[in-house]
Amino acid sequence: MRGATHAKWAACALAAALAATACGGGGNGGGGGASGVVSSSWGDPPNPLEPANTNEVQGGKVLDMLFRGLKRYDPKTGEARDWLAERIDTTDSRNFTVTLKDGWTFSNGEKVTAKSFVDAWNYGAHLKNNQRNAYFFTYIEGYDKVHPEEGEATADTLSGLKVKDDRTFTVRLTQKFSTWPETLGYNAFAPLPRAFFDDHDAWLAKPVGNGPYTVESYTRGSVMSLRKWDQYPGEDKARNDGVDLKVYTDNNIAYTDLTAGNLDLLDDVPASQLRNVRADLGDRYINTPAGIIQTLAFPYYDKRWNADGMEKVRKGLSMAINRQQITDTIFQKTRTPAKDWTSPVLKEEGGFDDGLCGDACEFDAAEAKRLVDEGGGIPGGTLRLTFNADTGSHREWVDAVCNSINNALGNDRACTGNPVGTFADFRNEITGHKMTGPFRAGWQMDYPLIQNFLQPLYYTNASSNDGKWSNEEFDRLVDEANAEAEPVRAAEKFKDAEEVVRDEMAAIPLWYQNGSAGYSDRISNVALNPFSVPVYDEITVG
Amino acid sequence: MGRYVSRRLLQMIPVFFGTTLLIFLMVNVMGDPVAGLCGDRRCDPATAARLRVEFGLDQPVWQQYATYMGNVFTGDFGTAFNGQKVTELMGTAFPVTVRLAVVAVVFEVVIGISLGVLTGLRRGRPADTGVLLVTLVVVSVPTFVTGLLLQLLLGVKWGIVAPAVSSMATVDELLVPGLVLASVSLAYVTRLTRTSVAENARADYVRTAVAKGLPRRRVVSRHLLRNSLIPVVTFIGTDVGALMGGAIVTERIFNIHGVGFQLYQGIVRQSSQTVVGFVTVLVLVFLLANLIVDLLYAVLDPRIRYA
Amino acid sequence: MPEPPYGPDAAVSEAGAGGATDLALDEGQAREEGSGGGPPDPGPAGRPRSLWSDARRDLRRNPVFVVSGLVIVFLVVISLWPSLIASGNPLHCDLGKAQEGSRPGHPFGFDGQGCDVYTRTVYGARTSVTVGVCSTLGVALLGSVLGGLAGFFGGGWDALLSRITDVFFGIPVVLGGLVFLSVVTSTTVWPVIGFIVLLGWPQIARIARGSVITVQQNDYVQAARALGASNSRMLLRHVAPNAVAPVIVVATIALGTYISLEATLSFLGVGLRPPAVSMGIDISAASSYVRNAPHMLLWPAGALAVTVLAFIMLGDAVRDALDPKLR
Repeated sequence: MRGATHAKWAACALAAALAATACGGGGNGGGGGASGVVSSSWGDPPNPLEPANTNEVQGGKVLDMLFRGLKRYDPKTGEARDWLAERIDTTDSRNFTVTLKDGWTFSNGEKVTAKSFVDAWNYGAHLKNNQRNAYFFTYIEGYDKVHPEEGEATADTLSGLKVKDDRTFTVRLTQKFSTWPETLGYNAFAPLPRAFFDDHDAWLAKPVGNGPYTVESYTRGSVMSLRKWDQYPGEDKARNDGVDLKVYTDNNIAYTDLTAGNLDLLDDVPASQLRNVRADLGDRYINTPAGIIQTLAFPYYDKRWNADGMEKVRKGLSMAINRQQITDTIFQKTRTPAKDWTSPVLKEEGGFDDGLCGDACEFDAAEAKRLVDEGGGIPGGTLRLTFNADTGSHREWVDAVCNSINNALGNDRACTGNPVGTFADFRNEITGHKMTGPFRAGWQMDYPLIQNFLQPLYYTNASSNDGKWSNEEFDRLVDEANAEAEPVRAAEKFKDAEEVVRDEMAAIPLWYQNGSAGYSDRISNVALNPFSVPVYDEITVG
Repeated sequence: MGRYVSRRLLQMIPVFFGTTLLIFLMVNVMGDPVAGLCGDRRCDPATAARLRVEFGLDQPVWQQYATYMGNVFTGDFGTAFNGQKVTELMGTAFPVTVRLAVVAVVFEVVIGISLGVLTGLRRGRPADTGVLLVTLVVVSVPTFVTGLLLQLLLGVKWGIVAPAVSSMATVDELLVPGLVLASVSLAYVTRLTRTSVAENARADYVRTAVAKGLPRRRVVSRHLLRNSLIPVVTFIGTDVGALMGGAIVTERIFNIHGVGFQLYQGIVRQSSQTVVGFVTVLVLVFLLANLIVDLLYAVLDPRIRYA
Repeated sequence: MPEPPYGPDAAVSEAGAGGATDLALDEGQAREEGSGGGPPDPGPAGRPRSLWSDARRDLRRNPVFVVSGLVIVFLVVISLWPSLIASGNPLHCDLGKAQEGSRPGHPFGFDGQGCDVYTRTVYGARTSVTVGVCSTLGVALLGSVLGGLAGFFGGGWDALLSRITDVFFGIPVVLGGLVFLSVVTSTTVWPVIGFIVLLGWPQIARIARGSVITVQQNDYVQAARALGASNSRMLLRHVAPNAVAPVIVVATIALGTYISLEATLSFLGVGLRPPAVSMGIDISAASSYVRNAPHMLLWPAGALAVTVLAFIMLGDAVRDALDPKLR
C-alpha cells in the first residue's frame, strides 16, 4: 500500500522533530558562567544607572556592587559605619566637615577626592540632570536655587557644599538635622569619577565606580557581568570572582531556573513558591527582616475620608484585617504582622516598638464592625482598594485583605480590589489626587532611621505623603525630634510623633516585609542586608 | 508584474501610517508615563516637567506623531526611558524573536503539512479522526496553558529541557517555546492541508493523472501537493508576522528577551517610543510578508497573472 | 489587492490575506471558496432553502454536532441560571481553606484565596459565554454589513475598506489588547467585548466581501440585475441569503477563539478585572501555584478548553454541512 510510505515519512518527520526537542534539553547544566562567578536574578532597571537616578532595588543592587560612599550600612546590623569618610564632624548639627580616608581610587585609577563627592552631589541635585533622587539633597543649603519647585534653576551648584582640600569638604544644611550623617550610606550620595561627566554615554554603557566590582560587559535588558576588582582598597573585598546579573521576565521563572540548576541566587522568592521552597532548597533558603513596611494610605484630600469620626472607621478597617492569617497563608510566614509604623530592623533603641499599635492592629471582627458602624460606615458603601497590577503580585494580598474585611463586616461587597494596569498610571492617580478610597503604600527605607519611616510619609506636604495627611502636632514633634542632638532622645521624640499617627490611624499598617532569597548548592555565605539586597561581596563559590 | 508590485507598495503607505498612528494614539491614551519614573514617590514637579519636555510629551499628540515619524525616516527610533536607543533594543530583541519564529514555522511546515497530507489522503479513517481531534484540543487550550504545562512537565518535573531560556537564546533552547508558539497555527496548518488535499484528491486533473497510470507517489508530490499547498503557503506566510507579534505570551512564560518582552516592558512603563518603534517594524514585516505571499501565489498557481 | 480573473480564487486570496490574524480559524475561510463558489442548485430566486434544509438534515445526523450542541445548550443554561448547579457565592472566600483539595460539597477544591473553585468555574463559564456570544454578534454584525456593502458596491468604498482592514490586521491582537485595555478600569465585560469587536470585525468583513463578490457573479444575480432589480432588493433577496453561510461558519469558530482570547488577556492582567469572575482570571492566578496545587489550574483550564472546543466543533460541523463539495 502506497499510502503507508507517506505515513512512514510523516511519522519519521514527527519523530525527528520530537527527538530534536528532547535533545535540546539538558544543555547549560551548571549555574551559568565561569567557575567562581555567581549568577543572580535581576530585573531590568527602569532608569539609567546613575547613583542619584536609581530609586528601586534592581538598580540599587548594581550600585551596591559598584560604589562605596562616605558611610556604609552594616549588612547585618544596618548601623551606618564610616567607609570612605575618616570622620564627619559637627558642633551645631547643621554645619558638617567631612574628611576622607586616603588611598581610595575609582577602578579606572582616578583618585577619589572631596571633589568627586561635591561634583556628584551637585550633579544629582541639579534640575537639568533629571535625577529621580534629587530630593535627597533638599537638606543642603542652596537646593532651592539649583532645583526650584517651578521654573529654571538660578544656580549651578549647591551653595552649602565647599571643597576645602583634596580630602576635606564642608556641608551646610538648611536646618538642624543631627542624624544627617547617618543618611550618607544611601546610593545617591556616592562619589563619581570624571569619566562620568566627560563621556556620559560611554559611562552609562559601562559604569565605572569605586566598589569591589567592575563592569565587564552590560547588555541592557538582558545581562550584566560584574567581575571582582582586584585592586579594591576596602576591607569588603569580593570573595568570589564575579557576579552575572540575569534579567528574568518573571520571578517564578527565575525560581524554576534556580531549581533546575541554571541560576545560583534568586532574591525575592515569589509568594506562590513558598509552599515548596523548603522541599526544593532545604536550608538554602533565607528569610531575614528588611526595612520594608506595607501600609494602606487614605486620600485625605477627599472630604469624606477627612471628616470627623472617620478615624473610627479607619481603625475599624484595621481591626477587620486578619494580618496573621494573611501573612501565614498568602506569604507563608515570610512577612510579619505590623505592630507599629516602622520596622523591626531599627531595633528598640532605634525606635521600633512592637506594642505601639496595640489593639488597633489586632483582628477583632465584632469590634471592627462596631467601630465602622459607629464612625458612620464606609464612605460610598464600598471600599475600593487601589493597587497596581503589573508588579509585585499585589493582587493576592489585596484580595485577601478585602475578603477579610468582607467577612468581618458580613458583607460580600464591602471591599473590592481596584487594580490599575500599570505602575505609572497608579502613580498618576495618586499624584493627581484621584483616589476615592485606600490605596497600597509600601515604604522601603532609604537609611535605617525612624525619621525615614515617618517624616517623608506623614509630615505635611512631605515628598511621599501621598494621602496629604496633615497634623500640626505630628509636624511639631518631628521638628523637635530632628533638633535633638542625642540620637536616642531623637528616637523617643519620633515615637511620640508616631503615636499621633496611631491615634488618627493616618495609614493602616499591614505587615513588615522580609527579604527572602534562595540559592544553589554551588554557593554559600549568602545573606541579605536590611535593604533586602544580597551581600554579594561575601558570597563564596564552591 | 512590476506594475502590480509598485501598486501594492503604494497601497502599503496609507496602511503603514494608519497602523502606526493608531498605535501611537493608543499608547498616548494610556496617560502620563512620567509619574511612574520616580518610584513610590511623587516626582518633584520641576523634574517631571523637564522629563516631559525631554521626551516631547509637552507637545500636542499630532505634533508628537509627526516628529516621531520624521525621525523614524532618518533611522532614529527615539530613546526608551532607561536611556537606551530603541534601535539598540531592536538590535538585541529582533534576532531572538526571528529565531523563535523560524523554529515555529519549521514546526508548522514539517509537522503540520505532513500530518495534513497524511490525514487528507485517508479521510474518515481512525488516524484521520484521531489527528483531527488532537488539533481541535490544541486549538481550544489557550497557548499560555499549553506553555505553562509543558514548562512544568518537561522543564520541572522530568527535567528534560531547561525550563527557562538563557540570554543567549540558542536554537536548541527555543525548541519547546517554538513548539508552544506554533501549536495553534500548527493545528490550523494540519487542518488546512488536510482539507485542501482531500478536495484536490477528487479533482479532475488528479483523476486524469491517476488514469494516465502515473505512479501514485508522483501524482501526490507533483500534482496534488503543488495545488493543495497554495492556501497553506498563504497561511504560513501571513502567519510569520503574527508569530513575531504574538510571541508576547510565549516569551513571557519562557523568559525569552525578544520583541514580546520589550513590548511588554514598553507597555508597562508606558514608553511610547519603544512600543511604537517595535510595532512599526512589525507592521512592515507583516506588510512585506503579505506581498511576498501574494507574489509566491503567482509562482505556485500559473493561472494567476498579475497585471 | 490582486484582482484574480475568476471567482473562487478571489475568496482564496482574501482568505489568504486575512490569514494573519490569530483571532479565528483561518482554515475556515480558505474552504469557503467551496461553499461560496458553487451552490449545488442555486434554484429560482426566493427559494434558496435547499442548501439550508440539506444542511439541517446533515447536522441532525452528525454526532459531532449533536454532542457539541448539547454541551453548548448546557453552557447557555448554566450561564443564565448558574445557581441551578452551584449554590455557593463565587465571591465568598475563606482564607483558612486556601489551596485545599476537593472534599464533599466542594468537588474542585479551593483556590489560593480559599474560594470554591467549582462555584467560580461555573460563574466563570457564564462570563466566558457572555464574552464569546456578545463579541461574535458584534463582530458578525459590523463585519458582514461593512464587508458586504463594500463587496456589493465595489469601487472607492471597497478600496477604503480594504485599507482599513489592512490597518487592523497589522496590529498583533495580544499587543493591541495590552495597550488598549490597560487604560480601562471598568470591571465589566464590555471593554473586553468592545476590544474584540474592534479588532475582530475586519476578518469577517473580508469573508463577507469575498463571499458577496463570488455570489454576485452567479448567473441568477446577473439575471436579476439585468431585469432591473433595485440595489436593496438585490442585496437583501439574492446576495445576502447566499453569501451569509461563510460568515456564519467563521463566526461560530471565532466564538471559541474569542473565549480563549479573553482568557489570554486576563492572564496578562488586562482582560477582565476582579471582582468579575472569569476562568481566565482564575487560571492566571493559579498559574504560579501550579506546582503545589495543580487542581487550581486544571479545573478551570479544563472547563475553558471544553467550552472553546464545543464552539469550534459546532462551527466545524456547520461548515461541513454547508460545504456541499465535501459531501
